[in-house]
Amino acid sequence: MTLKVVAVAAVIGIILGIILSLMKISRIKPLNWIADFYTSIFRGTPLVLQLMLIYFGSPQLFGVQIEAFEAAFLSFGLNSAAYISEVIRGGINAVDKGQREAALALGVPYSSMMISIILPQAFKNILPALMNEFITLTKESAIVTTIGLADIMRRSYIVGGDTYKFFEPILFAGLIYYVMVMILTVIGKLIEGRMKRSD
Amino acid sequence: MIKVDNLHKSYGKLDVLKGINTSIKEGEVVAVIGPSGSGKSTFLRCLNLLEQPTEGQIWIKESNITDNKTNIMKVREHVGMVFQHFHLFPHKTVLDNLTYAPMKVKGLSKQEAQKQGRELLKKVGLADKEKQYPNKLSGGQKQRVAIARALAMNPDVMLFDEPTSALDPEMVKEVLAVMKDLVHTGMTMVIVTHEMGFAREVADRILFLDGGNLVEDAPPSEFFSSPKSKRAQDFLEKVL
Repeated sequence: MTLKVVAVAAVIGIILGIILSLMKISRIKPLNWIADFYTSIFRGTPLVLQLMLIYFGSPQLFGVQIEAFEAAFLSFGLNSAAYISEVIRGGINAVDKGQREAALALGVPYSSMMISIILPQAFKNILPALMNEFITLTKESAIVTTIGLADIMRRSYIVGGDTYKFFEPILFAGLIYYVMVMILTVIGKLIEGRMKRSD
Repeated sequence: MIKVDNLHKSYGKLDVLKGINTSIKEGEVVAVIGPSGSGKSTFLRCLNLLEQPTEGQIWIKESNITDNKTNIMKVREHVGMVFQHFHLFPHKTVLDNLTYAPMKVKGLSKQEAQKQGRELLKKVGLADKEKQYPNKLSGGQKQRVAIARALAMNPDVMLFDEPTSALDPEMVKEVLAVMKDLVHTGMTMVIVTHEMGFAREVADRILFLDGGNLVEDAPPSEFFSSPKSKRAQDFLEKVL
């Protein structure tokens, strides 16, 4: 369950993060404002509050009670999009201006230039920061316990309740988180190595 | 081919170009020289609208590129540009650098683009480097790839913005040699350069810019032996 939440949230976070970052560097002022406002809201309030607001507020927001799983990946995805958009914006700005000019001088349209020239170079630079974000996301996902989702944390808690021994199950949960983060770290290193081919 | 009419460019209060008028014929090779800060790079960058002119008009072939209705991207397809710092795409191989824009912009198939790319690499003497990444190349090699990349779009005009200024001295020659070959093909070229020997040898005309004005416009034989203006005389005294 933890993995599912994190995976879906990461995909939402990246896609929405890219869109938001492009809005932030756009010349159209209202787009800047919308993206900046979005970021300020999701960075300015606690994640657990966003989670609860979406879960417990869904009957009033959407007229239906959404599943705890949906509330979890929605709030995590929307939240990490705010952080990721800042990371990507920094990455785009760090790409040499000449790259943009070279693409423009060749007559390459804006969208193609972004997709195949600027973003690949930006992602290479921000990969460590992105991995950081995903690691944080993995661990922070433990707060879905608060809306009753049966993730690693909650299961360890249940086992503790059954056996009246909390130390071992929670320690074991910690081990699982640690292993997941290690796996993420290795994957990050692998991708980084692949992207270094052109150096 | 190119007609520039009363071209002004200013950044806030700073006037970089103060009304340039000139025209360049098809097949002509024009060297733009002048002290730094004279506006020669800005002039060049206005020709493919990397800088938006503040005032004045520029025609390339039949289209007025300063007209808002003109599709800038279409114009840029026909105007190749070579930069001082190469600006190759570092995450693409040499061959992919050459095939990207023709495929993306002109809709060439991969085979066509690669065939053309390999021919161009042969022309600039780098046929064996097609699978390399740009970071593995020397400065001179990078600039030759950059020239080939611009040529891959089959442009009508080639703009060079100080193409040898960022190179180690021993690499200047190989880049100039490639440019000379290009001159012999009858390409229309506008070259901003500090290489006076090269300008004298290959250019049909010298444009001397100073303080945002076009001060002299003369064939190299005339310009280098008997410059008319005091400023050109001073400049040549310093650089020759």
